[in-house]
Parts: sequence; C-alpha cells; structure tokens
Amino acid sequence: MENPTMLASGIMGETGGSLLAMAKGGAGALVTKSIGSVPRQGHKNPTLVELEFGYMNAMGLPNPGIEAFGEEMYEASKAGIPIVGSVFGSSAEEFASLARKMQGYGAEALELNLSCPHAKGYGMEMGVDPDVVAGIIKEVKAAVVIPVFAKLTPNTHKLIEVAKAAEDAGADAIVAINTLKAMKIDVDARMPVLSNRYGGLSGPAVRGVGVRCVYELFEALKIPVIGVGGVEDWRSALEYIMAGAVAVQIGSGVGRVGTQVFGDVCSGISAYMAENGFRDITQLVGVAHD
Amino acid sequence: MTERFMVTQTPVRIDSRTEETEGVVTLRFDWEAPASPGQFIMVWIPGVDEIPMSLSYLGDHKGITVKNVGEATKALTSLQVGDMMIVRGPYGRGYHVPKGKILVVGGGTGMASLLPAMERIPAVDVHTAIGARNEKELLFEERSKKTSSVVRVSTDDGSKGFHGNAVQLAKEMMSSAKYDLVLGCGPEKMLFFLHKLCQENGIPCQMSLERYMKCGGGLCGSCAMDGKRVCREGPVFSGNELKEMKEFGKQRRDECGGRLKL
Repeated sequence: MENPTMLASGIMGETGGSLLAMAKGGAGALVTKSIGSVPRQGHKNPTLVELEFGYMNAMGLPNPGIEAFGEEMYEASKAGIPIVGSVFGSSAEEFASLARKMQGYGAEALELNLSCPHAKGYGMEMGVDPDVVAGIIKEVKAAVVIPVFAKLTPNTHKLIEVAKAAEDAGADAIVAINTLKAMKIDVDARMPVLSNRYGGLSGPAVRGVGVRCVYELFEALKIPVIGVGGVEDWRSALEYIMAGAVAVQIGSGVGRVGTQVFGDVCSGISAYMAENGFRDITQLVGVAHD
Repeated sequence: MTERFMVTQTPVRIDSRTEETEGVVTLRFDWEAPASPGQFIMVWIPGVDEIPMSLSYLGDHKGITVKNVGEATKALTSLQVGDMMIVRGPYGRGYHVPKGKILVVGGGTGMASLLPAMERIPAVDVHTAIGARNEKELLFEERSKKTSSVVRVSTDDGSKGFHGNAVQLAKEMMSSAKYDLVLGCGPEKMLFFLHKLCQENGIPCQMSLERYMKCGGGLCGSCAMDGKRVCREGPVFSGNELKEMKEFGKQRRDECGGRLKL
C-alpha cells in the first residue's frame, strides 16, 4: 500500500466503476462490498438515516453474488492498488469457498465480515462467538494463500476474546470496528425508520468506541490492527494510528466529506509528520500507549 | 464537495393533490428546504417504502409528480390532502442553466424534473418538445406554455402533434432554430438518442438520469454508473460526461447490483 487509507467495506464497493472512483480519491487500498454465494437484494428502503454525527444504515448485505462479482473485480483491478475481497457466509465452508473465488479474482487479501449487525444468520451473529470465529478462520486459511483479515464487531463484551481466537486461528490482521447496533424511531410515524428496524451506527458518532477498541486490541494482540469508525480527516486517522492501527479504513467519510477524503487525510498526515519530525508512519503506530 | 451534509427526515403534509393524467399525480406540500432545479428527494411512506422523486415544484411550496408504476408509487399516488409523508434531501446535482437559447425535451414524466429549470429562464429563450405515447399521457403541456415561447408535442401514435418520438421532433426543431443548450429528461432510450443528436449537431446538453437507488446519500453505490453516483454526481450529467459513461443507454443494475441490459 502506498498510503495508510483504505476504502471500508459497504461503501461504493459493489461495482468495478465505483471502486475505481475511490482509487481516484486517493485510497491506498480498496475493500469490496461484502459478497455472498448468491445474489441478494438486501433490505427494503428506508435503509439509511442521516444524523448530525454520522449515519445509521441497514442495507442488509445486498450484493450480486460471487459468480457475477468476477467482472467487477476485473474492472477494479485497473486501479493498480490492492483490492481486499470482503465476504460473508453462514458457515466456515461457505466462507472458504467464497475466499477461494475472491483469491481467483485477484484479491490481494480477504476481509471476513464477522460483524454486520443487521443481517439475520450472518455477520455479527457468528462474530461474537470465539470458537465459531476460530473455526471460520482456520477453514479460510487452509483454502487460500493471501492474507486473511477478520473484521470484528464492537457489539460484544468479548471483543478481545474473539480477536485472540482469530489470531490463534491464523488471522493475519484484525479490522475494527464494524457499526454499532442502533435504532432510529420517527416520532411522527411512530415507528422505527429503517425497514429492518435495527441498523448500524457509523461516522464520527462511533469514533470514540473504535479508537478504544483499537487501543485495547493493540495491547492484547501480536498481529496488526486496522482501524475503522468515523475517520474523516487527518486528525481522526492519527487517533487510530496512535492507538495502534497500522492503517485506517474510511466509509461514512466518503458520504460526509466526499470521495477526495482519502487524499485529504494523507496530505494532512504528511504535513503533521513533517512538522513534528517523523519520517515514517510506523513511528506513530501505537505511540499513545505507555 | 467539502460541505457537511445534515439531512434528516422531515414530515410534510399534503395540501393539494392534482391528477395530471391517468395514473400521474402531483402532490404539493410546504417545505422550506433550499433546493435547485433537477434535484431530488427521498420520500418515505411509512410501512411501505422509500423512493427517490424529482422535485416538480421548488420554493417553499414544493411538489412531486408521481406516476403509478409499482408498490411505492401506488401508495404515493393514493395519498390524499391532509396525509403525511416523510422526506429527506434535497440531494444531487441539478441542471446548470446558463443564458442562451434553450431546447427542453421531456418524455414520459420527464417534464416534472425539467419545469423548475425552465421556470428560472426567461420564456423568450425556451423552446419545448414534450413526448408522450398518446394524447392522454401528455404531461404539463399547459404549464410548459407559461415558460416557453414555443411548445411542441409529439405522440408515438400520432393522436396529437408530431407523429413520432420526442427525439425526432427535437431534430426537426433543431433544423429550424439554433440552440445553445439542450436539457433532457425521460426514458433512457430517448436520452441516449437525444444525446447522440446533440453530439452530431455540436450542441451542449444536460440530461437527468435514473437508476435503482438505495441510500440516496452517496454512500452505498447502488446507483453508480461507471463509478459516478447518480445520487451525488448526478442525477443531471453533461453531454461530455455522458460521452464518457459506458453504461449510459446500455446497462442498469438490479437490486443486488447485478448487471442488466437496458
């Protein structure tokens, strides 16, 4: 990676063309939309609530299915930067089969979605059980040679336990955090806004939780941590890096700031480093720890 | 684009309902949000669905014009005066209308998005071509006359005006007048050929497109065309942008993001 910013999964990652547009915005790597075995429509609208400090969404993992996604991966590869294939499944075998196909499409790493809070039978429902997570990672590691990242949920008191299980099972990195399970009720309609009722909160509203999780994971793990949650400028990116993240992912920031957010974050970090006498970003990773 | 978006759901109450043609209804409501011509809003009918709709009236007394084509639009067209719907937006980039002589081409319900743009241009500079399948489906002819010095209509079956489609009519109008800009909104097949016509004649154009849309807020990518978000970089694209878009007139995507031929 040429810079420490990555496009987070779920944002502009469903088509080759949209992934290319994010590369143009300056991202160092791109994580695809989470892809499953078969085409999936996701939840009915409303799927998004805009809030002052972020978003709440319940897309419900819409995706064209792994077979159709090959064409999108081919197009995205023209970006010339690493593509991380995100996949979701309901069993270790399904994860492994999707992983194999993503590797075949040219993904340079895999991100396992063990954390979506709004799709029944997937994501977070599996990702809060350390044994289930370990089983999935072992199966995937046996199936592919590219690095495997586990994207974890903060919606559990067992985050560290789950992350350690992932590390022991062979995960190459942890990605934290996914969205916080949340709800928005419209007082005029007197009902939840999201058609799925529950959704995931993202954006600056969750940054404090994300930074705390990364800080804890950095202390508990040997493998690298990638930080996600409310990064939308160089300061918020540096918060994660100082907490221990080797890279940051940006999702909501694409909507709130614009597609140029990646480039903006990078130039801000460079200026900070020059001003403070740092020559390599790794000098800053985890500096907030004693 | 560095502005911060803070667009929350707002309940609005319908204070007028007009049946424009069969199955096409205009709903008006008070809503002070600033909006420019060609922008759209997300309209939520609680318990049913939330869909993107172009604004057909701007100002404080806004409006949408809905054609009944599915579950959500059926629910919308069934709403009566006094009923509530919940809106967010406005979203997207609308028409940018410079000074000059303008040809407006609207097909189907396309005039709904175009009229707010026309109403900001002095009437003497606007010529309008409205296309419909037949006389009964002709939309906003009277309203167009207030903002255009020339209004011509085309019908596929010849029941009124020019016998043919709106692009054929536009071609005829271009042969007798010189236009600085063409604005278009309607079925994509029509826009594809209108764009081609504009390119051949060297006339700049702007066209409003439509894609299946989930979030509306520039995040999910469900409406992306060649990497451009119809909800953010669109829905209005310039002729030069359209020239670079391989999917324009050729391909759309289903709810899963799968590719479909247009």
